[in-house]
Amino acid sequence: MSDTQATVNAPGTGSASAAGDVVLHVGDIHTFYGAIEALKGISLDVHKGEIVTLIGANGAGKSTTLKTISGLLHPRTGDISFMGEVISGMKVHDVTAKGVIQVPEGRRIFPRMTVEENLQMGAFLRTSDPAGVTESLEQVFDLFPRLKERRWQKGGTLSGGEQQMLATGRGFMAAPTLLMLDEPSMGLAPVVVEAIFETIEKMNEQGITILLVEQNAAMALQIADRGYVLETGSVALQGTGKELLVNERVRKAYLGES
Amino acid sequence: MDIQTKVGDGGWSKGKIALAVVGAILLVFLPVVLQGFVAMSFLVRILAVVGIYVMLALGLNIVVGYAGLLDLGYIAFYAMGAYSAAVVGNLFVKAVSHIGAVGLREFLTSSTFIFMLPVAALIAALTGISLGTPVLRLRGDYLAIVTLGFGELIRILATNNFLGLTNGAMGMSINVPNPVGLVAMQKPVINIPAVGFSFQFSVNLYWYYVVVLLICFTIFIVRRLDNSRLGRSWVAMREDEVAAASVGVNIRTAKLWAFALGALWGGLAGVVFANFQGFITPDSFSFLESVFVVSMVVLGGMGSIPGVIIGAALIGGLPAIIQGVAQSPMLASVFHIDAPTASAIANYRYLLFGLLMVVMMAWRPQGILPSKRRARELHPEDEKTLEEEDQSLWAVEHGIDGSGHDL
Repeated sequence: MSDTQATVNAPGTGSASAAGDVVLHVGDIHTFYGAIEALKGISLDVHKGEIVTLIGANGAGKSTTLKTISGLLHPRTGDISFMGEVISGMKVHDVTAKGVIQVPEGRRIFPRMTVEENLQMGAFLRTSDPAGVTESLEQVFDLFPRLKERRWQKGGTLSGGEQQMLATGRGFMAAPTLLMLDEPSMGLAPVVVEAIFETIEKMNEQGITILLVEQNAAMALQIADRGYVLETGSVALQGTGKELLVNERVRKAYLGES
Repeated sequence: MDIQTKVGDGGWSKGKIALAVVGAILLVFLPVVLQGFVAMSFLVRILAVVGIYVMLALGLNIVVGYAGLLDLGYIAFYAMGAYSAAVVGNLFVKAVSHIGAVGLREFLTSSTFIFMLPVAALIAALTGISLGTPVLRLRGDYLAIVTLGFGELIRILATNNFLGLTNGAMGMSINVPNPVGLVAMQKPVINIPAVGFSFQFSVNLYWYYVVVLLICFTIFIVRRLDNSRLGRSWVAMREDEVAAASVGVNIRTAKLWAFALGALWGGLAGVVFANFQGFITPDSFSFLESVFVVSMVVLGGMGSIPGVIIGAALIGGLPAIIQGVAQSPMLASVFHIDAPTASAIANYRYLLFGLLMVVMMAWRPQGILPSKRRARELHPEDEKTLEEEDQSLWAVEHGIDGSGHDL
């Protein structure tokens, strides 16, 4: 499924992962904010069971890519398909119903709902599966014991890290096929970021495919099977996590080495 | 009919059941007692009017309290209901006048308002959707302004005899002499001369009971809405639209349902109002009325059914009671108040009412009986946390690491 991409060091796609079926295919999307072209032809694939990360600087188009996939924005040209079905142009809730769940940037939990209500809200569309929802709730509490302690507390009174856990847990509650996380490390202490990334790996081990947008390139590439480096709205580099970690250009631009 | 719902909310402890029973008895028999004494019979009419306000407030509560959409033109739906009842109702009466069988004809004519209830509910709900569709993207103050304009639009259309339907500022009368069953109910007369009690069923009493039945029905439905999936999607939408969409809430549908279901009760109340008054003019649907209904919801406690009922009873009832008491013959004879003085006192009722609102908002902004969730939203001790929340969100949205590292 790999197509024409503006790759500098093209190491092929999905080489390191158990490259199975393509779960998500993004084909040459162009997304605009008014007259400004934010995405200038992004193409990427996410395979079943992978952790794929999009890294890049502020304004590179990482979040825009995610918002376009989730249906918050619509591409002017290009196509997005999920499990072989075209989802570009669908509304957010329809994309969600397909199993593509976004944990939005800035967490955006429901501040006046309790932790448990927030999590239950995550399972809003799972009406026919109450037993599964209860099971998921237990799994979230296993992943984030802190949330269990704070179960009856309002979302708005949680710390930033706890709110990120809650937002992630809420995403998990939807029983996602593909979970997309938008900057989960933003504004959090390194130790908390580590904990969050650990649970991302754990969720991945449970069979959830992950698409992770991060500014913290070092952390993201360490857990990612593959990564895409975005620069001003296009894919500048792509490769396995390990490859990108040792890539000189990545090291200079994103890992703070001279 | 489940009259107890009017009082009870939530679990059923023994105290609550007792309260509900007392409330139900009062609801049924208090107006009978009032009707029986000449000096107090004006209160029955006020109770019926208050009941109509309760319906309006419960309907607006769906839009404002549950869905969090500020609607300053809610009275438009009330107007739609009232005018539907008048226009369609009069057509209906005309149509059935061709029926030969006298008994059937009279029964259908006198039952017009009952047939108009679903008609007006549908028309009002469709009006709600037609208002809702263009304002889907608007929130907060922008939405309020558009709804305000919409409310005025409907009133002005009515004033200008839109399509020749509304008879303009002259108003319309409803051509139904007696609602169904009233004549039969007026037959028995109970006299207890010893205490000056003389009871005969009245038009006011009739509409009072109609309103009470409709309120019970409203509460029954609204409570189910609150606990429904739709209710939960409203809460989520009120808190954060983007997050609600990301968990699969269809924002468009949720908003349109809120507008349609809110409008529906306005329409029902309008039918009762039009038939109760027997005559409607556009003046009854002024912006001030919209403000009153919003005040009822806010004063009572947004999202709380008992709160909203209390709010409606206070705001709908107090001015009328002040006016009624000031102008009642009993008081006039005791304090030697002449008619001009009485109406002067009555004119101060809105001053008093305004004062009450200011005091309430300063002292108890969450309302008299707030819903549990809404109380959380407004408790002062939480404001600090919420402020911090907003700041960090602002920082996040602007790409500034303003909050620093926090755990």
